[in-house]
Amino acid sequence: MTIAPGQPESTSTDIAVALDVQAVDGAVAIQGRSPWQIVRRRLRRDRVTMVALVTSIFFILLAATSPLLAALGIISPDLTHPELVQGLGSMPEGALGGVSPQHWLGVEPGTGRDLLARIITGMTTSLTVALLATIFSVIVGTVIGIVSGFAGGRVDWLLSRFMDLVLSFPSTLMLLSLQAVLVDRIASIMQQPSSAPPPKIAFMVIVLGFFGFPFFARIVRGQVLSLREREFVEAARSLGAKRGRLYFKELLPHLWAPLLVYTTLVLPANISAEAALGFLGVGLNPPTASLGAILNDAVSYARPDPAYFFFPGLTVFVLVLSFNLLGDGLRDALDPKSGR
Amino acid sequence: MFFYIVRRLVSVVVMLLIISMTTFLVFFASPIDPASLTCAKNCTPAVIEGNRKLLGFDKPIPVQYANFIKGLFVDRDFPDDPQQKITAPQTVFTCEAPCLGYSQRQAKSVTEIVKEGLPVTASIALGAFVLWITSGILLGIIAALKRGTWIDRSLVGVSLIGYSLPSFFIGQVLLIFVAVTWQLWPIPNFVPPTEGVLPWLQSIFLPSLTLALIFAASYVRLTRAYMLETMSEDYIRTARAKGLKESTVVRRHGLRAALTPIVTAAGLDLGGLLGGAIISEQVFSFRGLGWTSIQAIQNTDLPVIVAIVVVASFFIVIANLVVDVLYGVIDPRVRMS
Repeated sequence: MTIAPGQPESTSTDIAVALDVQAVDGAVAIQGRSPWQIVRRRLRRDRVTMVALVTSIFFILLAATSPLLAALGIISPDLTHPELVQGLGSMPEGALGGVSPQHWLGVEPGTGRDLLARIITGMTTSLTVALLATIFSVIVGTVIGIVSGFAGGRVDWLLSRFMDLVLSFPSTLMLLSLQAVLVDRIASIMQQPSSAPPPKIAFMVIVLGFFGFPFFARIVRGQVLSLREREFVEAARSLGAKRGRLYFKELLPHLWAPLLVYTTLVLPANISAEAALGFLGVGLNPPTASLGAILNDAVSYARPDPAYFFFPGLTVFVLVLSFNLLGDGLRDALDPKSGR
Repeated sequence: MFFYIVRRLVSVVVMLLIISMTTFLVFFASPIDPASLTCAKNCTPAVIEGNRKLLGFDKPIPVQYANFIKGLFVDRDFPDDPQQKITAPQTVFTCEAPCLGYSQRQAKSVTEIVKEGLPVTASIALGAFVLWITSGILLGIIAALKRGTWIDRSLVGVSLIGYSLPSFFIGQVLLIFVAVTWQLWPIPNFVPPTEGVLPWLQSIFLPSLTLALIFAASYVRLTRAYMLETMSEDYIRTARAKGLKESTVVRRHGLRAALTPIVTAAGLDLGGLLGGAIISEQVFSFRGLGWTSIQAIQNTDLPVIVAIVVVASFFIVIANLVVDVLYGVIDPRVRMS
């Protein structure tokens, strides 16, 4: 086994291998474990986190396969049921917004479309927006954090002040107000009408991602500040490693744990941000299906048909909760200091 | 200490200048003509040109920015045309200092619009602050002291649920169920504190609660974590060893040290909130800064948007400063450097 200086787990894996050999000799069987094994073991023992993991994966799979489900006719988000909304003001008939064996979460007022199918389709858009925005933050934050922490001096000062500046802006307010000047611009770059969903999705990804990057950058910078003094960096440097190699081949592998934890914590924040924008009437609008867009429509029916607001709102809550629980569990499991 | 504060004040002013400049550039120097955004449907070239002159968009960006800063200290005229002021004074709007701009949509000075919204937002934010600080810290201490028991576990669990509840959801549920359907609380309708403290408190309770729930949840976790950390310090053992009562140990020795980082976080959160408790205001139709900004966004009323962004950043930066200075006062271990 060659020991590459960039592999954080290499030393402990070697120990594990060595211990296994001893065990074969027939003496006391000591099982060595790599950090990754310890993490997995801790995770498996943590029942709440396992449930959260399963739920999160379920939601992601559901969101990823919703176009397929719609094509196969398992869910029909665009099929109207005028016969179910014949009451006064086209309100759905029956309890809880028309919950029935055919329509588990009831139907939409006005059109009678199946709410569960709408929510599943909406989740695809919402999760895509949230995921892309998070990836944007992670990439920008990691690059800026590594450069800032490693370069030090004036570069570090400048980048840190830039992060201070970004954090001084009220991010929710910016997300709302920048639409006035940015969405049209993005639409003209994408050569689409500004009322179409793609420019608005791109806008939300860019702005959510931009205001989220300092969180990642600060964490990465802090880690890099201590990592750059370590021997493996010095070794790589004295072997003549270029900057790009130092940054991405040597330092990056050490950063995945905090990045993973913060990704699972920022993702739910972005999911609720998209939903909140829809709720405020400045996010994606119907007929685009997204959790925000459904909520945007549901607010106007909140008094006559509270279930129509309640179910999508609850979906956002369950989504956010399961990702938060997962992030929390991962943080505990990846923390070498936690004694469990 | 004095020099430290002076130096921080200078950096705050620099920061505010950079923030306002950035905001200005983003909104007024974008490739989209800001004058064309001033009228939605009844836009004719003449109207656009008139508004351009009225709002000063015909001048170069640096001049516009300089005028904006100048307006904070001296009165400004819209349109800024001394000739017109003599020939037709009734068509010129004088915006008194500190002038944040002129909203041609509302035919009002932006300062006035901000002044109308600020008390509402400040009331909600302060109410929420009191609620979340008291409940968050109290429950956090209980969870820390009962570490590992079912009390601790359920408090941590409940706080994670509260933390994950979207605030629009809490707000809407409070409004529809608590206020409208079950009538447990009157439907909130903002009453200024000048018209009586009790009606004021009653009117802001539900909107404040909406905001407070989310923050309270994260403060339970924060307090618990810091409390656990301090309670395992050596000086706590010393305090116990010299025979102090447990309540004294917790209050005088444990809490005192644990509170410092919490005060910091609380100050920053409050500063952020003053920029507009947007969702809470929207749910309860309170006409605060958040509501005003949404209104302005829907009308693309750029001067109002810019002013609210600048005011909100102002509060964030000031909160940063106050917290930094307070930190040194509360925690003697922090050296001013």
